[in-house]
Amino acid sequence: MKSARLAVDIGGTFTDLALEVGGTRTTAKVLTTPATPERGVMDGFRAIVAAAGVAPADIELIIHGTTLATNAVIERKGARTALITTEGFRDVIAMGNESRYDQYDLNIVLPEPLVPRYLRLTVPERLDNTGAVLRPLDEAAVRALIPLLRQEGVESIAVGLLHAFVNPAHERRIASILHEALPDVPVSLSSEVSPEMREWERFSTTVANAYVQPMMASYVRRLETELHAAGAVAPLFLMMSGGGLTTIETACRFPIRLVESGPAGGAIFSAHIARECGLENVLSFDMGGTTAKICLIDNFKPQTARTFEVARVGRFRKGSGLPLRIPVIEMVEIGAGGGSIAHVDSMGRIGVGPESAGADPGPACYGRGGRHPAVTDANLSLGRYDPGRFAGGSIKLDVGAAHDALLADVGAKLGLTAELAGLGVIEMVDENMANAARVHAIESGKTYEGRTLIAFGGGGPVHACRVAEKVGITRVLVPSGAGVGSAIGFLRAPVGYEVVRSLYQRFSSFDVSAVNDLLEDMRAEAEAAVAKGSFGAPTTETRTAYMRYVGQGHEIPVPLPNYVLGNEDIALIRARYDGEYARFFDRPVPGSDVEIMSYAVVVTTAVQDVRAPGREESLFATEAVPARTQLVRDTTTGAVSAWAIYDRTSLAPDATITGPAIVAEDETSTLIGPGWTATVNGLGYIEMVRV
Amino acid sequence: MSHETNALAQIHRQIMWNRLIAVVEEQAQIMIRTAFSTTVREAGDLSAGIFDLQGRMMAQAVTGTPGHVNSMAESVGHFLAKFPAATMKPGDHYITNDPWLGTGHLHDLTVVTPAFHDGAIVGLFANTAHVIDIGGLGMGPEGRSVFEEGMYIPIVKCFDEGRPNETFFDFMRAGSRLPVELEGDIYSLCACNDAGAKRLVEMMDEFEMTSLDPLAAFIFDSSRRATLAEIARLPSGTYQGEIYSDGYEEPVRLAASMDISDDAIEVDFAGTSGLSSRGINVPPAYCRAYSSFGIKCVVAPEIPNNWASLAPFRMKIPDGCILNAPRPYPVSVRHVIGHLLPDLMMSCLHQAVPERVTAEGASSLWNPPLRGGGSISGQARGNKPVVADFEIITFNSGGTGARPTRDGLNATAFPSGVRTMPVEATENVAPIVLWRKELKPDSGGAGRTRGGVGQIMEIATKGDLEFAVNASFDRIAHAPKGREGGLNGANGRVAQKSGTILRTKGFQVIPDGERLILELPGGAGMGDPAARDPVLVARDVRDGLVSAANARDLYKVAVTDRFAVDAAETARLRSGGRTPAPPV
Repeated sequence: MKSARLAVDIGGTFTDLALEVGGTRTTAKVLTTPATPERGVMDGFRAIVAAAGVAPADIELIIHGTTLATNAVIERKGARTALITTEGFRDVIAMGNESRYDQYDLNIVLPEPLVPRYLRLTVPERLDNTGAVLRPLDEAAVRALIPLLRQEGVESIAVGLLHAFVNPAHERRIASILHEALPDVPVSLSSEVSPEMREWERFSTTVANAYVQPMMASYVRRLETELHAAGAVAPLFLMMSGGGLTTIETACRFPIRLVESGPAGGAIFSAHIARECGLENVLSFDMGGTTAKICLIDNFKPQTARTFEVARVGRFRKGSGLPLRIPVIEMVEIGAGGGSIAHVDSMGRIGVGPESAGADPGPACYGRGGRHPAVTDANLSLGRYDPGRFAGGSIKLDVGAAHDALLADVGAKLGLTAELAGLGVIEMVDENMANAARVHAIESGKTYEGRTLIAFGGGGPVHACRVAEKVGITRVLVPSGAGVGSAIGFLRAPVGYEVVRSLYQRFSSFDVSAVNDLLEDMRAEAEAAVAKGSFGAPTTETRTAYMRYVGQGHEIPVPLPNYVLGNEDIALIRARYDGEYARFFDRPVPGSDVEIMSYAVVVTTAVQDVRAPGREESLFATEAVPARTQLVRDTTTGAVSAWAIYDRTSLAPDATITGPAIVAEDETSTLIGPGWTATVNGLGYIEMVRV
Repeated sequence: MSHETNALAQIHRQIMWNRLIAVVEEQAQIMIRTAFSTTVREAGDLSAGIFDLQGRMMAQAVTGTPGHVNSMAESVGHFLAKFPAATMKPGDHYITNDPWLGTGHLHDLTVVTPAFHDGAIVGLFANTAHVIDIGGLGMGPEGRSVFEEGMYIPIVKCFDEGRPNETFFDFMRAGSRLPVELEGDIYSLCACNDAGAKRLVEMMDEFEMTSLDPLAAFIFDSSRRATLAEIARLPSGTYQGEIYSDGYEEPVRLAASMDISDDAIEVDFAGTSGLSSRGINVPPAYCRAYSSFGIKCVVAPEIPNNWASLAPFRMKIPDGCILNAPRPYPVSVRHVIGHLLPDLMMSCLHQAVPERVTAEGASSLWNPPLRGGGSISGQARGNKPVVADFEIITFNSGGTGARPTRDGLNATAFPSGVRTMPVEATENVAPIVLWRKELKPDSGGAGRTRGGVGQIMEIATKGDLEFAVNASFDRIAHAPKGREGGLNGANGRVAQKSGTILRTKGFQVIPDGERLILELPGGAGMGDPAARDPVLVARDVRDGLVSAANARDLYKVAVTDRFAVDAAETARLRSGGRTPAPPV
């Protein structure tokens, strides 16, 4: 029996599959079938099994990620959901933080809550900040809501009470009353979904969980049934936004943790490439048709965060979405992709995005009716694409249409030729991505010195060198297989689970035994979740405390030792905090006490070890032979010259190329800028270095 | 070829401008992440920017609140007047909270830091933040001069070539109720300017710049031209407006005459009431800040804030009026009146460009400074139980005015750019309990588009023990006004739970067993309520934001028991009560 592993990634347009057996990888792409997503998955399943020549029963593990939960929230296609909350706090999810995400726009639209006001119901009860009962739960008032819930046809219920993360008793009691009366309606508790301080974020997360739960649970069960019917006996695992895998059971309880699993797969793909090539500090750069996503990866682990915004109404603007407090791989998404449209603002400045021409009509050069210049048009005008070979020759690019659009919307307004307008557009989009990357590093307390940029997606390899130059990176890697990067990433993900709990303490009165009890509890919960999928594989545990100076508002993560803490460890933890704080912000504050807000425990199976191919200089380096030349305009100097063009498929390992040059392949082009040299490594990846 | 060289240079200058805005945004983010006061880290009551050596603001962070931004823009010039650029050294940081040299009250600290490149000073970073406590009476209107309102910091060095000025910090620690937060915040302000300066040096290296002057000239020239172009699109003329604040002793009239010409918008505040003996007076820089903000939102919202884009908006503020408070008049809660200025500007602009202006909103932030402990009324003397000492402020907002094509925003800050704090976080830092914080039905002014809905708050201490509020609330006697037939928003209300009405301004004790009730105003409506889409009215009724009675009386819409529009009855109501003729 062969031991094959299958990954399935459902995206908005395509469902990607990747199957690995005995070191051989087969991939497949089928159209997503939004109404019944399992249909698309099964089409792909049959195709890939046949192509790889394996029997369904030979598959030992199936890993699945999907944007279905995200799309349900964006498109408002979730369950009819009610929220039961503390009397006096009916509007927490509507009032948010009472601010506007744009100070100067009088016409902004704020996101509509997922539960309308008439389904936000309150019950008398109140806890204080220590969890003590200020007002007992009025159980009769809970029961009195049941006829309304029935009458309104409510399909899912969220319960969010103030301070319930400290004391969940009232929420649990409400759940049991609801279960008795409405046994078929799922209930999400804020004390389970997101047990952390800050009622808006916690309630918003709980409501979103309830909103997607019926649909996700039903879909996952249907898929499982169909896979079994097709002869697959392997367990099904789901990819979480935090980068770990989980069981069906956990996924059905906390489906909100599945949001953004596709991009998480992309980050894990990058992390895997980093591990293969022994790169300890990486910037993952995934540029597609409408957005670019960047993620910092240190020691082969993508950076993680605990908050996330979904369904932004303000065009990628921070603060314009619904907040979710769940473990996520931290990514910055910028409205900058091949389809992003360029314009000139009232100050005569070139702007790019976030509006996108999408796939239809697409950039002007697609010749499908797009009238406005997109980033792809600008790249074409600079000579970076061969109009006859774009996307493997499946789309013939219309250079004239690109020029016309650039001239009309940008050039004419600034007195620039179409080519120089194109140069301005590319420089500006590269600058925007670099600025976002720089701010992200600041927020993370990291730098770009010594980091390698890993570029993938349709646009990543085209823009990588210039973005790298702008943030001060001197090494760029373009892997192969980037078209289904997320699915491949799933195959590299560990089975893992993260538990986060709040326990507020000041350092000056640190209660070691309370912390030990809490951490032990959390470890047990995380291990139980992982045990269902790890089949006894060895696991590792990491513990983190979120700490800050008393009075500050933003915690920094501080690693904790994994053993039972003793009093002697207090000084050690404080020293680690001071070290981390100085690393983030340079200037420690003398004489201030430190407080601990919450803890995280992650239990995970070990990440597959990969043999690094070795990075020694090859004895057999050979200058690659270009297929042709093309006139290309350099964006830094503006000069036009004949650049060598190589076909990626004909490049052997150890082939070297001196920039400026372009390596063309079906899915993308890799631009090797002036001053950069490239080598194809043993894995077939293009490695570029700035000299 | 030279045409091409010029074109490239033009593109590069645009890139550099973009980079400069990213640099100041990083500066602001660092402040938020390191600040101690909830006012900065949770509420975002701050601003950050970079200035040329003449003290002209080149770029400002998008993050921040308008009152700070535009008044900070004036501030750097005052620092340079006292400490000329040539005397500044690397590692120096300068600070003030002078209301007349900074942003209008003692609670706002402004820090200025020189940036050096290749040993030469090239520019200045500045930022402003609202700290929770600066000693004195605490934030509130009760002072009769600025000297009672807190510690007064003239422009001094807080760091000298990297060394903290310990004498200065000793004064700060000794004079504040919250010394740790105050000192931590000052460190944070300096750290964020350092971060900005570091980024600026990297940028100058990358673009091989030796001076910021050519870039400043480009930014100022582009911004000025763009702003003037927007002004030229407006119908020229002189437009009048007025608005009333409840005031402290008596109502305050704010009057404006706005003259729109081809190349400037000039506002004359003649006719405005005189000075108050209490801390609601507005220093002139703060008046200019919020007036320019109100104009800019309507006229040129997309143009980045800098010296040149603000320059065409000019204010004539007569001596002796409440918008031109001289030192040492009290100014602690100058925002109460200052926040009404955008509404006043829009009253004028409505006559010029009605389709771009909103109805009046709650506007003045409701930020109750709360204090508790034994010293409030001396209860501890009588051996009665008292709550632990605390000092806290929270930021809360009523509804914004209806917009020409959209409803106003419910319980959302405008013109202020601050955020509210989570109730759970507030209750963790002070022994208080918020028993209620939710939207207030029927408070949004009726109109074709509805005003944003206000909110109700019920505040007590743990155990319902005595505490005090230093009230500085407005729009209780003077509700937000509708436009084009839209109705006014609901008035605010300040009371004890038992019903006793409290004064809208001033220090007042909430005795044992009582709670503080704040009803925040709703925004006003725009257009005839009877022209509102009946489906939206029915939705509001179902959501409990509009009562069925108001739907019928004000909007002329009848809603069924199942929250559908009763079309026949609605048609009858909207035709003035007559049964409409059947369609022909």
